[in-house]
Amino acid sequence: MSAPSKIIRRAQAGTTESVWVRWLLIAIALAFMFLFLVLPLAAVATEALRKGVGAYLEALKEPDAWSAIRLTLITAAISVPLNLVFGVAAAWAIAKFEFRGKAFLTTLVDLPFAVSPVVAGLIYVLVFGAQGWFGPWLAEHDIKIIFAVPGIVLATVFVTFPFIARELVPLMQAQGTDEEQAAIVLGATGWQTFWRVTLPNIKWGLLYGVILCNARAMGEFGAVSVVSGHIRGQTNTMPLHVEVLYNEYQSVAAFAVASLLAILALVTLVIKSVIEWRHEREMKAIAELPPERPTQA
Amino acid sequence: MSGAVSSALPSSGAPLSRVNRAGGARRVLPGFHITLGFSIFYLCLIVLIPLSALVFKTFTLSWEQFWVAVTSPRVMASYRLTFGASLIAALVNAVFGLLVAWVLVRYKFPGKRIVDALVDLPFALPTAVAGISLTALLAGNGWIGQLLEPHGIKLAFTPAGIVIALIFIGLPFVVRTVQPVLEDAEKELEEAATSLGATRLQTFTKVIFPSIAPALLTGFAMAFARAIGEYGSVIFIAGNMPMISEITPLIIIGKLEQYDFAGATAVALVMLVISFILLLVINGLQAWQRRRAGA
Repeated sequence: MSAPSKIIRRAQAGTTESVWVRWLLIAIALAFMFLFLVLPLAAVATEALRKGVGAYLEALKEPDAWSAIRLTLITAAISVPLNLVFGVAAAWAIAKFEFRGKAFLTTLVDLPFAVSPVVAGLIYVLVFGAQGWFGPWLAEHDIKIIFAVPGIVLATVFVTFPFIARELVPLMQAQGTDEEQAAIVLGATGWQTFWRVTLPNIKWGLLYGVILCNARAMGEFGAVSVVSGHIRGQTNTMPLHVEVLYNEYQSVAAFAVASLLAILALVTLVIKSVIEWRHEREMKAIAELPPERPTQA
Repeated sequence: MSGAVSSALPSSGAPLSRVNRAGGARRVLPGFHITLGFSIFYLCLIVLIPLSALVFKTFTLSWEQFWVAVTSPRVMASYRLTFGASLIAALVNAVFGLLVAWVLVRYKFPGKRIVDALVDLPFALPTAVAGISLTALLAGNGWIGQLLEPHGIKLAFTPAGIVIALIFIGLPFVVRTVQPVLEDAEKELEEAATSLGATRLQTFTKVIFPSIAPALLTGFAMAFARAIGEYGSVIFIAGNMPMISEITPLIIIGKLEQYDFAGATAVALVMLVISFILLLVINGLQAWQRRRAGA
């Protein structure tokens, strides 16, 4: 063996571990991931199909299951767009401008992540419930919010509140304001600048936030459980329907509905990974450009 | 959760900061007042006003009533359980999360990308689904329960089961906070340590570990904060026995079901204050981490 290759080997040995340590660490990490992530997924599939494909499909054909699926879709269809508009507006204000109290505002935006889902449900009961602030007024006008769909939507909006804003703020901060300023100086209106300059720049981050927000909106359990009242066929979302079936010892039916939510989670992970890999490739392409034109991508 | 998308972007350099310092950016771009105004309005409507209801409702209690509600033996037992289980779960996540992040950043192995994507499963999988599937695994007739039961180890419907559920819920936090820091770590420092005669273990404990410690602590705090409020995955596996396996969020639900709104609100306020303190701690840790990265 020649001297240089020995030196290279010595240098590499200094920044990595010996082969058996490496494989031992990989084995422990993979075993941990297998136990905690793969096995639960496999358990959902096995339990759902325990009595065969026929029983599985039968469970999904139940009218109550259908109404739960419909309510979950409605809830996500309302709460995700609301938080999308908020996320873009908040990110524009926080990332593109300097103002006093910005750090405080950013902390407040994160607050719903820190609050327990149960507390999130409770606060809406205190505002709109029979004994709450607006309870008597709502009862007089025959409007139902708690134990009805509006309460479920509100609780879901609360728990998914920060998702899109959190994704966009650091992204838009990193991109700065140069391109928007150029557009404005060249005579574009604010809307034109947003649609043609900002939006193309943030579209992947936006999509990333939207799919995570959607996954949480469809899967939220604690907050929705407090405000829903668990009325079968009316105010049960899919996760709540899973609980009802499970507590009635209808294991196959519970895991059948749960399997739909697990598929949703896997689809979310696939879209998320594709966005990340795409972004990685774009970053690599930018890094490989000649240094004098670094932003041409 | 802010993910690789936002962290990998190049920050635009000097020209921007020059514009900002001159105060020009503020005047050129439109929409400041309307976006900030709308954000604050929406924040108040959805988050701040409902949360303030919690505080006002608590004020309808006298101090003694409040104190009795938040320190009754059953509630105290739930705090011990919630905090104890969350702490153990967050510690386990700190150790294994660091290991997983290390393996994902430093080593090559087949299927690495799939493993990397799978780390986020607990963020994407609804907690109720996690709860029933972990219970199915650990119950006496489940795949894992079957193996442990003959040895007298029971996990489902015990506090140990709660810890397992909380480990699942908190798993991505440590991995996702440590991973980017490990990716950015300078190999030159490790080479220098080695050439100065350090063993690999010394290099890890004295060079690598100090540089990732702030991120590790942040991830730990996030996993801990998430575990304290967790409800969906825990209630299925816990057994929910008063004084033994009843977590604090379940106490709130129990009081609500008995129409004890004031009692539920008092316990909820305690949890809210703790969450808010943890949020501030995490923000502080992240600021520390950014300063360390910038220095």
